[in-house]
Amino acid sequence: MASTSETAGTGTSGAVPQPERETRLARALRESVIAAGLTAILGFFFLALRTEIETGGLVLSTRWGLWLAAIGIVFVGRLALNLFVFGRLGATTRRKPATTGAGFPVAKVLTWGLLIFAIVLPFFFTIVFPQRDRQYIDLAILIMTYIMLGWGLNIVVGLAGLLDLGYVAFYAVGAYSFGLSAQYLGFGFWTALPLAGLLAASWGMILGFPVLRLRGDYLAIVTLAFGEIIRVVLLNWTDFTGGPNGVSGIPKPTIFGWELGRRDGSFNDLIGVPYDPIQRFIFLYYIIFGLALLTNFVTMRLRRLPIGRAWEALREDEIACRSLGINTRNTKLSAFSIGAMFAGFAGSFFATRQGFISPESFTFLESAIILAIVVLGGLGSQIGVVIAAIAMIGGIEVLRNLDFLKAIFGPDFEPTQYRMLIFGLAMVIIMVWKPRGLVSTREPTATLREKKRISSDVVAQGEGH
Amino acid sequence: MSEPLLSTRDVHTYYGKIIALRGVDIDVHAGEIVTMIGANGAGKSTLMMTICGNPHPRQGQIVYDGRDITMMPTHEIMRLGIAQSPEGRRIFRAMTVLENLQMGASLVDPKYFDSDLEKVFHLFPRLKERIKQRGGTMSGGELQMLAIARALMSRPKLLLLDEPSLGLAPLVVKQIFDAIRELNQSEGLTVFLVEQNAFHALKLAHRAYVMVNGKITMSGTGAELLGREDVRAAYLEGGGH
Ligand SMILES: Nc1ncnc2c1ncn2[C@@H]1O[C@H](COP(=O)(O)OP(=O)(O)OP(=O)(O)O)[C@@H](O)[C@H]1O
Ligand SMILES: [Mg+2]
Repeated sequence: MASTSETAGTGTSGAVPQPERETRLARALRESVIAAGLTAILGFFFLALRTEIETGGLVLSTRWGLWLAAIGIVFVGRLALNLFVFGRLGATTRRKPATTGAGFPVAKVLTWGLLIFAIVLPFFFTIVFPQRDRQYIDLAILIMTYIMLGWGLNIVVGLAGLLDLGYVAFYAVGAYSFGLSAQYLGFGFWTALPLAGLLAASWGMILGFPVLRLRGDYLAIVTLAFGEIIRVVLLNWTDFTGGPNGVSGIPKPTIFGWELGRRDGSFNDLIGVPYDPIQRFIFLYYIIFGLALLTNFVTMRLRRLPIGRAWEALREDEIACRSLGINTRNTKLSAFSIGAMFAGFAGSFFATRQGFISPESFTFLESAIILAIVVLGGLGSQIGVVIAAIAMIGGIEVLRNLDFLKAIFGPDFEPTQYRMLIFGLAMVIIMVWKPRGLVSTREPTATLREKKRISSDVVAQGEGH
Repeated sequence: MSEPLLSTRDVHTYYGKIIALRGVDIDVHAGEIVTMIGANGAGKSTLMMTICGNPHPRQGQIVYDGRDITMMPTHEIMRLGIAQSPEGRRIFRAMTVLENLQMGASLVDPKYFDSDLEKVFHLFPRLKERIKQRGGTMSGGELQMLAIARALMSRPKLLLLDEPSLGLAPLVVKQIFDAIRELNQSEGLTVFLVEQNAFHALKLAHRAYVMVNGKITMSGTGAELLGREDVRAAYLEGGGH
């Protein structure tokens, strides 16, 4: 049948016989109909019928739109799963062609594409969506902050393998370093930025010391506790931190000492360009973009240096590390403090962007989101973090704007309420589909002659973890 | 003879309350191959790890190259020129062969790297073919070669090998033992070798110790021990000859 040649285009797996499309389509359709039928039966009482208490007693109302929508979603979803996910995994016994570098360099193209888009992003939005540019650039700033945090945590969790559930503590330290130094000492953003990084790094070191001997679950629990302790201290040390009221009036960043604005002596006045509030967003965007790039650059450099290699080795085997003469204590502390330093930078950026900080912004949920970004992205993968951050933070925003869902589910349907549900679902799906994260290829950092990639799919089965 | 390169005196090691070594005295002189044989659970690996400071002995003394290393932290001991191919090999599985070898060389001046790499590839040509392969996908024999090669990359004066022949085909065992002999003869590398494969180990070694239950019960030249009836009965019957 002609259908076999059409699916064999993937390259190396030519020897594996592909199942015929027709039977697969038929089976997929049959299973989708069954699933939709089950939904129809189960959903009839929950979705289609509804009782309401009215003056004359219970009144039965119907919601056929909702019921049909649910059936439709299940049908389409099941069909898509059958055709594109289960079929591939099942029929070819999970053997995917190994990416050996000979094929199309997807990751490289994606990386460069995203980078170029990130560079032109503010102009893209101001030109293409002039009405909503502020909203979109603001979202880009938010996503970029999480990318930076993800990259920072990736050093600790992805590279050094130290499961840190309290990463947000260092983000808070950075934010409060700036907030409080602005309040008490009159520091500006650029003065406070290195200070925030330094303080966060020292806290990373201080918190790192007691947990040096811990691993895995125990480390996770203790770091979780530390994260909470810092938040609770910020909350209760009212005289100094303002407690639940937080710190407000945090100054905006300046351009070499000049502010953006309309006033005389502002940057706009200086260069003679009329002020537009969007400039402030664009400026903030480029600051966080620069900070994120710095994080990435430093991480990539370090991975090639002995210290970065030692982190990766530490994740795999501490005893082997020590017997190769590596000081595991210093290695761990350096991972903790460098990761914390980037969170500190991001924190002081957060403070300047918001202009107001309070302990509420630094709850465990933040740590969980950052960790989820790192894990979903594929531990240790830089581009994976980017994709995961865009998907998760962007996804939550998209949810806010899905007004058409109200047409289906009724006017009081509030999609953001389902955020965590969808979040969890997405996580389960990804972990089933790609248990080692979206980008699970570890790029070797050492090569003798030419570069070549070996997919970790090949490694995974031999590894046993 | 001159001062030994490594000597342990009355070394007692415990795991919690369990005693694993009950006063071990061994000497390894520079340029020697010394082997230690003994039954499962005798304490051979424990002695190796104790020399490396993980765990530290509770009693006794370990002297290496004229320095008391008894209580030094592991990474400092390893920096004095001791390298170990530990039990279980402990190769970094996500890293490639080349990266594993680089890890071994992490304390060495990078200018030696290329020539050292050539040297270990000469010893184990198989590794050169597999240079980009991940540790996790290598076969048992390849892993063992890599573990030894990684240890050699740190330019050690003393090489500690824990059961290099474990689980390997006779041909590969021979290859590895030949490599050890070659290193010893051509470069004067001192080797302390723990082995179950008593026949090969005793033939290779200049001197040997037998450990029973955390104590040294016999010592002598390799040939002497090979000739002894009780050694043959306990460690060689049905063995590799
Ligand atoms: N981490 C540990 N905790 C508790 N007991 C241990 C530990 N490691 C080893 N032992 C015990 O110490 C004793 C010596 O173990 P060791 O590993 O040194 O034996 P071995 O001579 O290397 O044996 P084999 O030839 O089987 O490798 C054994 O009884 C073992 O059960
Ligand atoms: Mg052993």
